[in-house]
Amino acid sequence: MSPVLAGILQLLALVVALGLSYRPLGDHMARVYSSEKHHRPEKWIYKAIGAHPDAEMRWPAYLRGVLAFSAVSVLFLYLLQRVQGSLPGSLGFVSIDPDQAFNTAASFVANTNWQSYYGEQAMGHVVQTGGLAVQNFVSAAVGMAVAVALVRGFARSRTGELGNFWADLVRGVVRVLLPISVIGALVLVACGAIQNFSGIHEVGQFTGGTQQWNGGAVASQEVIKELGTNGGGYFNANSAHPFENPDGLSNLFEIYLILVIPFALTRTFGRMVGSLKQGYAILGTMAAIWIGSTALMMWTEFAHNGTAFDIAGGAMEGKETRFGIGGSSLFAVATTLTSTGAVNSFHSSYTGFGGGITLLGMQLGEIAPGGVGSGLYGMLIMAVIAVFLAGLMVGRTPEYLGKKIGTREITFAACYILVTPALVLCFTAASFVLDTPAHSMTHSGAHGFSEILYAFTSGANNNGSAFAGLNADTQWFNSTLGIAMLLGRFLPMVFVLALAGSLAEQRPVPETAGTLRTEKPLFTGLLVGTIMIVAGLTYFPALALGPLAEGLAA
Amino acid sequence: MSTVTPTRPTEPEAPAARSAGTGRVGGGLFDPAQLLASFPEALRKLDPRVMVKSPVMFVVLVGSVLTTVLAVRNPGDRFGWAITAWLWLTTVFANLAEAVAEGRGKAQADTLRKARTDTVARRLTRDGTGEEKVPGTELTPGDLVVCEAGDVIPGDGDVVEGVASVDESAITGESAPVIRESGGDRCAVTGGTRVLSDRIVVKITAKPGETFIDRMIGLVEGAARQKTPNEIALNILLASLTIVFLLVVVTLKPFAIYAGADEQTSLIVLTALLVCLIPTTIGALLSAIGIAGMDRLVQRNVLAMSGRAVEAAGDVSTLLLDKTGTITLGNRRASEFVPVRGTTEAEVADAAQLSSLADETPEGRSIVVLAKEGYGLRERHRGELSGAEWIGFTAQTRMSGVDADGRKVRKGATGSVVAWVKEQGGSVAEDAQALTDRISQAGGTPLLVAVRDDKGARVLGVIHLKDVVKEGMRERFDELRRMGIRTVMITGDNPLTAKAIAEEAGVDDFLAEATPEDKMALIKREQAGGKLVAMTGDGTNDAPALAQADVGVAMNTGTSAAKEAGNMVDLDSDPTKLIEIVEIGKQLLITRGALTTFSLANDVAKYFAIIPAMFAVAYPSLDRLNIMGLASPESAILSAVVFNALVIVALVPLALKGVRYRPSSADSMLRRNLCVYGLGGLVAPFVGIKLIDMLLSLIPGIG
Repeated sequence: MSPVLAGILQLLALVVALGLSYRPLGDHMARVYSSEKHHRPEKWIYKAIGAHPDAEMRWPAYLRGVLAFSAVSVLFLYLLQRVQGSLPGSLGFVSIDPDQAFNTAASFVANTNWQSYYGEQAMGHVVQTGGLAVQNFVSAAVGMAVAVALVRGFARSRTGELGNFWADLVRGVVRVLLPISVIGALVLVACGAIQNFSGIHEVGQFTGGTQQWNGGAVASQEVIKELGTNGGGYFNANSAHPFENPDGLSNLFEIYLILVIPFALTRTFGRMVGSLKQGYAILGTMAAIWIGSTALMMWTEFAHNGTAFDIAGGAMEGKETRFGIGGSSLFAVATTLTSTGAVNSFHSSYTGFGGGITLLGMQLGEIAPGGVGSGLYGMLIMAVIAVFLAGLMVGRTPEYLGKKIGTREITFAACYILVTPALVLCFTAASFVLDTPAHSMTHSGAHGFSEILYAFTSGANNNGSAFAGLNADTQWFNSTLGIAMLLGRFLPMVFVLALAGSLAEQRPVPETAGTLRTEKPLFTGLLVGTIMIVAGLTYFPALALGPLAEGLAA
Repeated sequence: MSTVTPTRPTEPEAPAARSAGTGRVGGGLFDPAQLLASFPEALRKLDPRVMVKSPVMFVVLVGSVLTTVLAVRNPGDRFGWAITAWLWLTTVFANLAEAVAEGRGKAQADTLRKARTDTVARRLTRDGTGEEKVPGTELTPGDLVVCEAGDVIPGDGDVVEGVASVDESAITGESAPVIRESGGDRCAVTGGTRVLSDRIVVKITAKPGETFIDRMIGLVEGAARQKTPNEIALNILLASLTIVFLLVVVTLKPFAIYAGADEQTSLIVLTALLVCLIPTTIGALLSAIGIAGMDRLVQRNVLAMSGRAVEAAGDVSTLLLDKTGTITLGNRRASEFVPVRGTTEAEVADAAQLSSLADETPEGRSIVVLAKEGYGLRERHRGELSGAEWIGFTAQTRMSGVDADGRKVRKGATGSVVAWVKEQGGSVAEDAQALTDRISQAGGTPLLVAVRDDKGARVLGVIHLKDVVKEGMRERFDELRRMGIRTVMITGDNPLTAKAIAEEAGVDDFLAEATPEDKMALIKREQAGGKLVAMTGDGTNDAPALAQADVGVAMNTGTSAAKEAGNMVDLDSDPTKLIEIVEIGKQLLITRGALTTFSLANDVAKYFAIIPAMFAVAYPSLDRLNIMGLASPESAILSAVVFNALVIVALVPLALKGVRYRPSSADSMLRRNLCVYGLGGLVAPFVGIKLIDMLLSLIPGIG
């Protein structure tokens, strides 16, 4: 079978698998977030944390819940790393430095999972499993909770109430993430991923010399790393490491895990607003961008250019032979169009355009399909903007799902779209204005530019993948990326929840023949266009100086 | 006191803009000479305190000042001067758009102002015995003033005594005088209009400076113009996009230095890039679009008290239309004569005609006309019958007729005629009841025709009076339905009649035997469902409903209470205009959306012009982005700036006239506008910039 055909077949298999799980998972999540019943373990948790799961929250209360929970999480994770040296089960690793500990804590709580450390050389079992893996679950559940709150904003009317954050958080973990993770971990172990608490093994190498291999609860962490669109690998090599991602099948399964919840959430959205078609329109937009990016990525990576590529059958540098160009391209697009950031290949080694596609994927706001929860709310914000810009063209003041997009609503949406471009562009520019940050670059010229642009794009958009080459374990990058990750995660949430509150208070406008039909393919096309123009144009000059300059030179 | 009655200039373009009977809202007028005339005003608007209200254009102004400073410091830089000049032109063009839009209102305001010439009022003294002469500006509400033939009414008020014919052409442009009388719904008079006959006493209701004509002047001048909610929201989005592009351009400098393109990204070039990227097209035209929208209403003789109301008109989903005058012609007309058994149609026609000669009501006249036109009866006159005793129609008897040659003929309301026949000792034909029922059920009004001659008193037949639905109304309502607007007919008729007319006219619903309370309840019910309601009204009892409706159009002939309550006044007092108002509201929003989309789509081409111009030296590969093949970096950047400025001027007519609007479903409208303004906005600048570049490259030092 030719590698190209293999790539296409993998894409098709993925589409079929996602299609099969779309309905049951989407409907299940809609039930989870709408049900009145509490399971017994959930009641224990509510009792333990002193939450009243039936108390409805208005948006400020909901936001306070999100921020308080996340702040406590950052603090806990920071302290855990700082005292690692004195904890048992730490494989003898020392405590983490303050700047790196802050960076890592911010990173995992913000669902970014940027790693400026080498997992197998820095983090022991306690931090990995008791700290990082826990955040993999709860930070994902926080994202889903905020998305659900926004959906409730659209679905409810004449109330400011958005549900209960604690109930949404706990249910997301207990009823959605945990069950899938248990099954997923078993599948990964069956594929050959490891799951143990063993220590460090000295292993002889073929060429002589020795190598250290760690054991660990890898499969269980791997599954939530993908499922919660987290991306922080147990090992530094991330999903390129055979203990994390043993073969082609596990690779495809991991891509499936990355995409399954973000896509299915559009069904949950459709269910909760009472129109599945509205969910399909959002799904269509996400799928169009995802499939388009994947096709472009495969095209640029398979395209033969130069002797080295000819011999390898494409741009094989930095890619694992067990995944090939197809499996790597699929993974790279999926991981950057969601907020995952797990990698099974070196994005730095992709062709100029290929690297550009991973960058652009994140810069579009990671909304196709995006992170768990964050993808849906990001896309809905873009839908609000699209409705506002084009909705006027049907001769009515803009409305989406029966809610008027007025001054308040557009203010929150406009603030949302300001946050990440501001963080990415300002921090990247500052890195070039200052003397020292540029010393972290491995390459010079356009590729070196991409390394830093990628770092802040990845951090502010909560992706977490890196354009290998940049030494990010410096005080500058640890601190600024940490700040970018926290602001890039929580400022947008403030605006999303404020928008949700404002929408929930409104009285719905009945749909008439004069209403903009947001469930039609025409709207999907319009939404794609808006995303490309509003998000894409922001980064065009920066992309021109990095991947475009590189790609066009080839 | 003024002896000249100023007349509003007639505006031939207003009716012309609306092709007769098609229901299309055409554009307003635009005369290129206005651009030139408004130029001084555009320069005056360069005041930063004025400019800051539009964040986008304020950034352009700051950019213009910045490049001017840079150009002055380096006077030999021809490119710098060229950019500077075009940035200033961009700013001026934006102001020009607003100035032109306002200028059109100013001309109208000037003629109105003439009508407000200082009048001397004849005020009745408090004790009511004498009168004193005071300037019209000193009148306060509650004052009583006397106006006689030839006087200009000194202020707004209600007639409390007398009847007069009033020339209101100063306000409405309509030269036919109107009757104003005390009491009822025809009591309101407007300051600046002139009494043509008789004497009236007017109770002043408006404070000086707050009269209707003052408000009109303020409105057409746009002096009191406030940004509408949607305009504010759009401004916020445009401001945030401006901030994003500001960040893009500011951060681009360090990137460029790293890339080795420091020299190619001078402050002048970066400012040019910024101005090209921020949504200047819509930023420049936004307020002109709003002013022009109000102006289009004024051209149709509708005064909107706020821009908010015009915007709301676009969102209206329920129209309450009064039956009489809006859906049907003002009056019922006779449509057929139905004989009872034993009589012929001709007999009925003859008797009906004869008995209606004394009936001066429109219904009565229509009977005479039908007899002549439908039954070939010679038109007769009252003088032909000597010694006849004519009995005119009154509201009490509800009958008219004639007694002549020993023959008594009567026609009138069923009850009255039956009573008359019985009184005359006759009997009512058995099938008369069935006939009248049939007509009632068909929505008509039956009138009985009876005679008393040598054969005794008896009913001859029935006249079928029918409401005549205006031509083209059904098509109009079908159109509204496609636009998603529900029409509800309001009538005082009984449900049976109402239903028949509603079906014939094709309205979606009707409210029969409607009282003002019913109307109010209906509006509240619709609004509770999230719908926006528009209605027209003229009576004092309409006032609460007019105030409650989202768009309340008061007729100029109506009471001052009604005019106060509504948020629009139709000077022509034509209730049908509500449909046009809705269309103008939609047109305003569409124009805004279309130009926003166009403006943003433009950015793509500008990037393709400027990015290679800035970075092709540092990274030669980026020259491949120069897909337009622009001559040189300087000409490329200048072309983009020139295009950006010229497109504003090119779109001024569109902003003022509004985009073409055809009532259709949201889907087809969106598809069409996306194609024209979305794709057009993507493609047009590629062509435009290339053409400008071809011209500019001929200039030495640029090309």
